Amino acid sequence: MRATRAEYCVIACAEAWRGAGEVLASPMGVIPSLGARLARLTFAPDLLLTDGEALLVRPDGTPEGWLPYRQHLELVAGGRRHVMMGASQLDRYGNQNISCVGDRAHPRRQLLGVRGAPLNTLNNPTSYWVPRHSRRVFVERVDMVCGVGYDRAAELGGAARFHRLVRVVSDLAVLDFATPDHRMRLVSVHPGASVAQVREATGFPLAGPDDVPYTREPEAAELRLIREVLDPQGARLREVPEGAGD
Amino acid sequence: MADKTMTADEVVSRLASGMTLGIGGWGSRRKPMALVRALLRSGIDDLTVVSYGGPDVGMLAAAGRIRRLVTAFVTLDSIPLEPHYRAARERGGLELTEVDEGMFQCGLRAAAQRLPFLPVRAGIGSDVMRSAPGLRTVTSPYADGETLVAMPALRLDAALVHVHRADRLGNGQCLGPDPYFDDLFCEAADAAYVSCERIVDTAELTGEAAVQSLLLKRLAVTGVVEAPNGAHFTSCAPEYGRDEEFQRWYAATPWPRFAARFLGPDESAYQAAVRHWRREQER
Repeated sequence: MRATRAEYCVIACAEAWRGAGEVLASPMGVIPSLGARLARLTFAPDLLLTDGEALLVRPDGTPEGWLPYRQHLELVAGGRRHVMMGASQLDRYGNQNISCVGDRAHPRRQLLGVRGAPLNTLNNPTSYWVPRHSRRVFVERVDMVCGVGYDRAAELGGAARFHRLVRVVSDLAVLDFATPDHRMRLVSVHPGASVAQVREATGFPLAGPDDVPYTREPEAAELRLIREVLDPQGARLREVPEGAGD
Repeated sequence: MADKTMTADEVVSRLASGMTLGIGGWGSRRKPMALVRALLRSGIDDLTVVSYGGPDVGMLAAAGRIRRLVTAFVTLDSIPLEPHYRAARERGGLELTEVDEGMFQCGLRAAAQRLPFLPVRAGIGSDVMRSAPGLRTVTSPYADGETLVAMPALRLDAALVHVHRADRLGNGQCLGPDPYFDDLFCEAADAAYVSCERIVDTAELTGEAAVQSLLLKRLAVTGVVEAPNGAHFTSCAPEYGRDEEFQRWYAATPWPRFAARFLGPDESAYQAAVRHWRREQER
């Protein structure tokens, strides 16, 4: 059974929560949501999940708790959470923008707004999901810093003591910040993508060697869960179509 | 005890141009849309709007009523970007004070507690420090010496919220899964106006529902408006979901055309126009 690119992405997202323990997984986007639920069903059984609104639910949808936004924001501040957010722009230190493109006073493109990114990044582990790896997203400089990157965090002293960016998953690769000065590093490429392709689609030099491994293969049981239990309708293919990015 | 029931137009008659107005709900969820529609029918403008933004912000921005917006986001949920808000921003049509969701909650809490600010570990390191004018930090006076953001109180001249039930005295009940921040909006405001699906006798509030659903206390509520379907087209779970089809039409329709068709003389004209629109779609 050959995995699709979308399925490698699900696996790479799921891996973000490996070893996270009994914390809330807050995935944004179809593939991160599938990843979180896959992790919960396999190697991270203590994870908590939400229904996207005010309920904590088991993977089958059974409620196990109440988490309205007021409590969700408190939980973020308490740190028992690992969020995977989207990013309209992301730079080499992990500064993230989801607010606007261009001048803030008169934007060329108004996007969503900062949402909880400033709170998230200073209080709980944060990862990012980029469904289309390109130079428009991976930029030299973001137009507005919403999620705080490592260079900015380094200037904050004690206020950044809970700051940790875990990984970036795109439709081409897995990246992280495990370098001496926390510059973004290439960790693995998804089968079918190449290192050269990733570097070409990134607007700044990536740290890390060229001989990185491929993103790991899904196990047969994982593939079956993705295809038959978690996403029988194939919503993952709308976020990462097969053949995209090639 | 005072009967606080009034009409949506009476609520609007107590508002004025230049006010700071808080709007409850979240994104395209349980927004006080009947009150927002009444506001749109009035000439009130030059507003500072404080909202976890949805179509309330989109409509008021499209109609040019907002001078300054205080928000963490504006979204229609199932449609991530609110097109009318987006167009207004890209025209340069309104000033934006952008704060994080947690900072926003802190600002409402500070206002409700009559504090000048509350400390929060959010904002520093990010560009909200530049977006929100005058935002300052505070240093912990204890051994840790941590620098935190001093989120200023978001004091409101008036708040508008929509809940499921209320009595005539202003006790408001939320039967949905998330109260959002509606009680805080009311407590942070000099005057709070609550629309509800149905006005009931006080005893009926807890006839079937748990006492924890009594979200709004009458001491923080100025006026109560009965507005069935008053959150339309946003969701009012569990009584009705978001009207996705109508929301798509709203998002795809130029504002003047939408306003001409749906902002008639009053709320009943709106509800009738929506019914007519639905019949038209079904043909």
